[in-house]
Amino acid sequence: MSSATTTRTDYATAPALSDVLPPAKQRGWAMTFVRRHPTIVVGGSLLLVMILIAILAPYLGTVDPTALAPAKRTREPSAQFWFGSDMLGRDVYSRVIFGARISLIVGFAVATVASVMGTFVGLISGFSRALDSIIMRVMDGLMSIPPILLAIALMALTRASVQNVIIAISIADFPRVSRLIRGVVLTLREQPYVEAAIASGTRVPMIIIKHILPNTLAPLMVNATFICASAMITEATLSFIGAGTPPIIPSWGNIMAEGRALWQVKPYIVFFPAIFLCITVLSVNLLGDGLRDALDPRMAKRL
Amino acid sequence: MLAYATRRIMATVPVMLVVAFFVFSLLYLAPGDPAAIIAGDQATPADVERIRASLGLDRPFLLRFGEWLWQVLHGDLGTSIFTNLPVSHMIAQRIEPTLSLMVLTIVVAVVVAIPLGVVAAWKQGSWIDSGVMMLAVFGFSTPVFVVGYLLAYLFALQLDWLPVQGFHSLSDGLLPFLRNLTLPTIALGLIFIALLARITRATMLDVLSQDYVRTARAKGVDQRSVLFVHALKNAAVPIVTVIGNGVALLIGGAVVTESVFAIPGLGRLTVDAILRRDYPVIQGVVLLFSFSYVLVNLAVDLMYTLFDPRIRY
Repeated sequence: MSSATTTRTDYATAPALSDVLPPAKQRGWAMTFVRRHPTIVVGGSLLLVMILIAILAPYLGTVDPTALAPAKRTREPSAQFWFGSDMLGRDVYSRVIFGARISLIVGFAVATVASVMGTFVGLISGFSRALDSIIMRVMDGLMSIPPILLAIALMALTRASVQNVIIAISIADFPRVSRLIRGVVLTLREQPYVEAAIASGTRVPMIIIKHILPNTLAPLMVNATFICASAMITEATLSFIGAGTPPIIPSWGNIMAEGRALWQVKPYIVFFPAIFLCITVLSVNLLGDGLRDALDPRMAKRL
Repeated sequence: MLAYATRRIMATVPVMLVVAFFVFSLLYLAPGDPAAIIAGDQATPADVERIRASLGLDRPFLLRFGEWLWQVLHGDLGTSIFTNLPVSHMIAQRIEPTLSLMVLTIVVAVVVAIPLGVVAAWKQGSWIDSGVMMLAVFGFSTPVFVVGYLLAYLFALQLDWLPVQGFHSLSDGLLPFLRNLTLPTIALGLIFIALLARITRATMLDVLSQDYVRTARAKGVDQRSVLFVHALKNAAVPIVTVIGNGVALLIGGAVVTESVFAIPGLGRLTVDAILRRDYPVIQGVVLLFSFSYVLVNLAVDLMYTLFDPRIRY
């Protein structure tokens, strides 16, 4: 009994455990995630804000981004024109906010289209030895044309539209995806479980669906975020040099292209869309870096 | 080595053929019928047909591709629709500014990025390491023309240290040449520095954990030679590969940089050709840039043995 009493006094004098140790359980799942993957959280939230801006564009104090007001040309930023007005009197703030839509649509669409095309070609190449060398030579050829030049050349063939911009950038980007997927397929084909599936007579489509595709998902997702980021820059670049989104649609590249003539006297027309573009691309890049670290721990803190 | 070099050189032939085929198809698919344009408004369909036959435009696609390729191999890239000058002539006039800009950018990027990457790997987790990683992320997130305008605004318009736009040939003297190219080089170089610093850091991290680096340190080799002689030499192959691959980024970037800084180079020529829909010129420039890119990477592949004598083919 006496020993029990002393023990109890010991407990009473010792500080409560919760004061010494951090409340491990209570920190919870969300905080752990933020601590472990800060770039995913920062990049994801920034991107979410941009997506919300794009969706809610009409309700953010904007006016018609294409409305002309020649009497109010090139006004400095003010209470009426938050980001100033351009040489046709259009409200730069409204144009920049609506411009978020084009950038995000092009980025996401190119990431999706290029990933799907690349996966398809990569799977064929990885599974068919007969087609592999031909397909890969063609891909090598496409990859040796610098992507922006390839997109420029394709845009020169067609009429300017958002859809054509998406197709042109996807064609320029998908060969790299097909390379990646082919590599994954070639490694997986040597795996015992895939060989076992082949030996037991599983059909190729089934092997692809059950064994190959799930393993391509992680590298594909990481790659898609980087394609998305570079596609947004490419769209802005194409529009900037006059080979991208049609001038009537307010996209960040177009706003900058129009601001070019005046940029030495009215630099804000170029800089506001530039800031939005950089923040958006940065958020996607951060998300991609975080995803890569999370999905491929070997690469973490390396690249 | 010789056998490898021959094989490697032969391997670029199909790649270049694919590029040439694609570039030829570009003109073939281009909207507008050259025969109808030459014939003019008064022409009858029979006239157009006659001109088409005289130009050889009615012959099969592959035959025309072969003939075009033969001409290209002889340095004939066709005639500009807009200026009526030979495309090869127009390209030759514009090549100096672009080549100067790109060579200068590569030199500056190598000099800046490799030490940055080495130090970042050596002091992993330090402020300089985080700085390099931040630079890398920002470099990849900022379009070349935005950096260009920002630099021009700060250093040319506000501080008036450097010219806003323009180009001076090297034959006008070194100083004007460098003064005009400083801002474009930094603008174009940022993404290249980001790319190079990042790959240098990653490769060096691998190399620095190797046994021979520990051995070198243990026998008292000083830090600088461990980093820049023992380690960097072994990290050279991936770094040089990235320099070669990065040339594609530079080519894309040069097109835009030249527009921002009004440099009369190949990029400017490309942009003008797009705006005028001058297909033979677009074709010629794309072909030239792509072939240069293939050749640079061929050279890089062949140089591996110089950097790493262990590589034997």
